[in-house]
Formats: sequence, C-alpha cells, structure tokens
Amino acid sequence: MSLALVLEQLLNGVQFGLMLFLMSAGLTLVFGVMGLINLAHGSLYMIGAFLCAALAAATGNFWLGLMAGIAGAAAAGALIEILVIRRLYARDHLDQVLATFALILILSEGVRMIFGPFPLYLNVPDMLRGSVDLGITRYSLYRLALIGFGVAVALGLWLLIAKTRLGIQIRAGESDREMIAALGVNIRWLYTVVFALGAALAGMAGALVGAIQSVQVGMGEPVLILAFVVIVIGGIGSIKGAMVGALLVGVIDTMGRFLLPRIAGLFLDTSQAMGVGAALASMLIYLLMALVLIFRPQGLFPAHG
Amino acid sequence: MDNQRKEWLLNAGVIIALFAVPLWALAVGEPFIITLATRIAILAIAAVGLNIALGLGGMVSFGHALYLGVGGYVAGIAAHHAFAGTTVMGLPGTNQMLPIWVIAMLLSGLVAGVVGALSLRTSGIFFIMITLAFAQMGFFFTLSWPAYGGEDGLPIFVRNQFPGLNTARPWDMFLLAYGVLVAALLVFAMLRAARFGAALMAIRQNPDRTAAVGISPFGIKLVAFVLSGMITGLAGAMMADLTRFVSPAMMAWTMSGELIVIIILGGVGRLFGPVVGAALLVGFEVFFGGLTEHWKLWLGLVLLAVVLFARGGLIGLIAGRERHG
Repeated sequence: MSLALVLEQLLNGVQFGLMLFLMSAGLTLVFGVMGLINLAHGSLYMIGAFLCAALAAATGNFWLGLMAGIAGAAAAGALIEILVIRRLYARDHLDQVLATFALILILSEGVRMIFGPFPLYLNVPDMLRGSVDLGITRYSLYRLALIGFGVAVALGLWLLIAKTRLGIQIRAGESDREMIAALGVNIRWLYTVVFALGAALAGMAGALVGAIQSVQVGMGEPVLILAFVVIVIGGIGSIKGAMVGALLVGVIDTMGRFLLPRIAGLFLDTSQAMGVGAALASMLIYLLMALVLIFRPQGLFPAHG
Repeated sequence: MDNQRKEWLLNAGVIIALFAVPLWALAVGEPFIITLATRIAILAIAAVGLNIALGLGGMVSFGHALYLGVGGYVAGIAAHHAFAGTTVMGLPGTNQMLPIWVIAMLLSGLVAGVVGALSLRTSGIFFIMITLAFAQMGFFFTLSWPAYGGEDGLPIFVRNQFPGLNTARPWDMFLLAYGVLVAALLVFAMLRAARFGAALMAIRQNPDRTAAVGISPFGIKLVAFVLSGMITGLAGAMMADLTRFVSPAMMAWTMSGELIVIIILGGVGRLFGPVVGAALLVGFEVFFGGLTEHWKLWLGLVLLAVVLFARGGLIGLIAGRERHG
C-alpha cells in the first residue's frame, strides 16, 4: 500500500463527497424551507443524467448535454412542484413519503418508456480525458475537474444564500414561513424556485456522475439514501451541515472500502478478509450516522440553533 | 347501516373470501391462484406488523423490509445448514418451521430493538430517514457478505417442514399462512383493545399530554416497535419458504415502501387494512402486469390519486374516515 494509492483514494472520496453535496443541498433546502421530505429527489438526479447522455450522444457535445441535464431537471422539478408537491406542504410526513414514492414509480417507469430498458453510456468530454501528474501519483483529470466543479458550485450556492435577495427570502422562509408571506413575499413562487433550484443541483450531479458510471433507471435511489444519511449527520436544513456531512460520508465510505479489507487481511486469510472487510465497509457510514444520533441527535450543525 | 357495521361486514367478507377463493382454486385445480392467495396472506402478515408501529403508534418506519429480510435469512440459513449437515456458531441447522419462526421473531425483535432505541431518539422526518438508512445498512451487508450467497441470494432447496402438513403442497402452505395471518390479526386486535394499545394511540395523538399524565412515550413506542418488527420478521421467514429463495432484494428500500403502500391502500390503523391492501397490490400487479410491462407507472398514478384524494384507503372509502375496528 503506497502513499500514492492512499492519495488517489482520498481524492476519490472528496470527489464522491462533493457530488453527494450537490444532492444533499437540494434535499436539505427543500426540507428547511418547505418542511417536505422528497423521495423523488433521486429521480431528478436520474433525469439529469439521462437528458445529458441522450443529448451528448446526439450532438457529440458533453457541455450541451450538461446544460440540458441541469435545465431539464430544473424544469421537471418546477413542474412536479406545481402539479403535485404543492398539495403536500400542509400534509403529514406519511402522505409526503407516499406521494413522492408514487412519483418515483411514475418517473422511473416514464424514463424507461422513453429511453428503453438498457443503460446509456456517457463519455467524459475530450478536453477532460486522461490524467494529470500530482507529483506522487497521476490522477484522472475528469475526477479532478469534478472536485473543482463541486467546490465552485458550493461557493456559488453560499453566495446565493448569503448575499442575494433570493437568499434572504430563503433564509427567512426557513425561520418563519407565515411571517415572510405576511410581509409580502410571494411564497408560492419562492417554493417553486427553491424546489427547481434543488432539482437543478440534483440533475447536475446526475449528469456529472453519469460520465463515470452507467446511466440507468434506478441510479438515483442509492444516492438519495446516502444523501439522507448526509443530512441526518449534518443537521436537516443546514447547507453547511450538508457540506461537512457529504465530505465525511464520501471520504469515510471510500477509504473504508479501500482500507478495511486490507486491515482484515492482517488477521484472516485473503478471500475471507475481502468478504468481511467489504461487508464492514458497506456498514461504516451507517455506524457513523448511529454515533451522531447517539451523541448529537440534531446533527452536527442544526439549522435552528 | 352505520359505518362501524359496514366495516365489520367488509372485514368478514374479506377473511371469508381469502379462504374461499383458494378453496375453489383447489377444487378446480389452479395451484397458481392458491400460491397467489398465500402470497397475499404473507404480505398481509408483514403489513400487520408494520401497522402496529405505523397505524397505532404513528411511527413511519421506512425500513421494515429489514425485519422481513432478517426473518427470511434465518429461514434460508437454517435450511442451508440443515441441507449441508453443517453447523452455524455451534448450532446445527434445522428444516423445521416452528424453531425457525421462533428464532426469526427473536432475531428480528432484537434488531428492531437496536434500530428502535436509536431511531426513537428522534421523530418525524428524521425517524423516516433513519429507519430507511438502517434497513439500507442491512441490505448492503447481505449484499457484500459472501458466506450466504451475497448478491446472488440463497436458495432453499426443500421447503422447511411443519408438523402434520406437507408444506410442498400449495394448499398446505396456504393453510399455514392463513392460520398465522388470523393469529396476527388477533394479536393486533387484542393489542389495540388493551391498555397498552390505548397508551400507544394516545402517544400518537399527543405525546406531550400522554407524558403529562405519567406515561413515558419512549418505552411504549419501543415495545410497540419491537413487536412490530417481530411480526414482520415472522412473515419474512414464511415468505422465504414460499418462494424457496432469500436474497438482499427482500431488504431493498422498495420493499419497505411496498409495505407502507399496502397499509395506505387498505387503510392506516385499521384491523383489516393490511389484508385489503395486500390483496389490492398483488391483484393490481397480476392484472396490470399481464396487460402492460409498464404497470408500475399506473400503480404510481393510482397511489398518487389515493394519497391526494382518497385518504383512509379502500376501507375508508367504504366505511367512512373514522376508524372503528
């Protein structure tokens, strides 16, 4: 096990964490502002990936596909909010879970009807192909670009929420919905915008990750559940919590899968160690979540003090 | 006719029909229909378990597939070792359903105890996500644990045995599932009528007031959650025997979702909600699955319509929104 390999896995973990952040940010915003649990967030991730793959295949241009993925997911998000989600804000969490579970069935099957049952493949754009020399190791240029992209989006999101008028309204919405409606903010419009913003981030994550994984129906749900773990760890409604939680989950999951089989190999024979290590590694982030729950049930950065 | 009588009549009709239809299928030689009814009964048992947590206690567990899977793997692993003549942790395997059921219930109760004790520290949306995440942990564990088939699952070559019955015959397997379902419904009804059930429902309606009159919500909810997990675990052991196969898919999050859907389609917190819901879901799958491969799209639309416009499920539509029995 060389230092180069450890560095490579660490970067993979950070990259994974930043993509998780894009998913978690939308989820946590929607919960913070509207008090809604949205299971269909993973479907928006899938829609972003499919649109990007389809358009990139048709035009040969990844960036056009990425734009389409983001815009398409945002449009789908706005449409879903207006048609369905809007009716759920006043309902209890059980109704929200069921209605958004129904949306997953509809959207997954709808995507299968349009794009067929087979996975699509999305190539890494030409200008980001290959690897770069980091001194002690070479690392995939595309993954490095994803890290840069994730950091830039996180920064942009922070600026949007901390410095703009929309951001003030979002923060005010998180503290007291009735009050900002009474102060003349168009709350229905604000909800649609927040939902579409979250959808755009999910679609972006789907399109970006689509180039390193296969684009298929059901790709969104595993990421959705990880995003839940992220916001439970970080604290629901907190963007900062989502960032810290996402990086923790990304790095711990990746490093666990890399290190645990090797550590188990010190005590057991190779084939057994691989199995035990892999099984333990797959549980690691859930154990982290359990620990956070025991010691800080509101998460690391609770949104409301 | 008042709504309470309507609901009792509906319940009686459902439990008679669930027996009469497979009996008819036995007479005319349609084993497929008998197995379908067995599947409905077993899914209903699992949902009766969830109905204790969700319907009576208001705990929206999005991870009950975990207990289904624990029960299923107990049946699968016991049969695996009995078949191979090997031991597991010093114990021999068994192909007898009764000890398997006891172990399945104990183990799923234990898992539910740990998950419940952690998850019940929170409520609302946190609780939903955390139960989901723990079930997902079980899913990934079975997926990556190679000893019992991992991703490929574990076949049960010969269905486990029950004294006095030939479980290889569909009708005998149905009788078993039907009997356990009736027992589970009795347990649910007794629980709801007992002081424990009254306390549980009071906690659902207003935890603060219940605490103010001296009933601690945490302990009662935890006991209900464990009972709920045990019944679902029993259903898991039976489900594995019915399909003679257990795989991580039994613990998948979609399975947890399906159990909630069953309860909602039937009617939350109603005695027969799980039975009606299971029959509706399986019936929908068989009927629309035969018409179009995209039947899940239609299931989603129906479910959406039920949530938005017909809260209270089918029993609620027939017998009014008030819960009676």
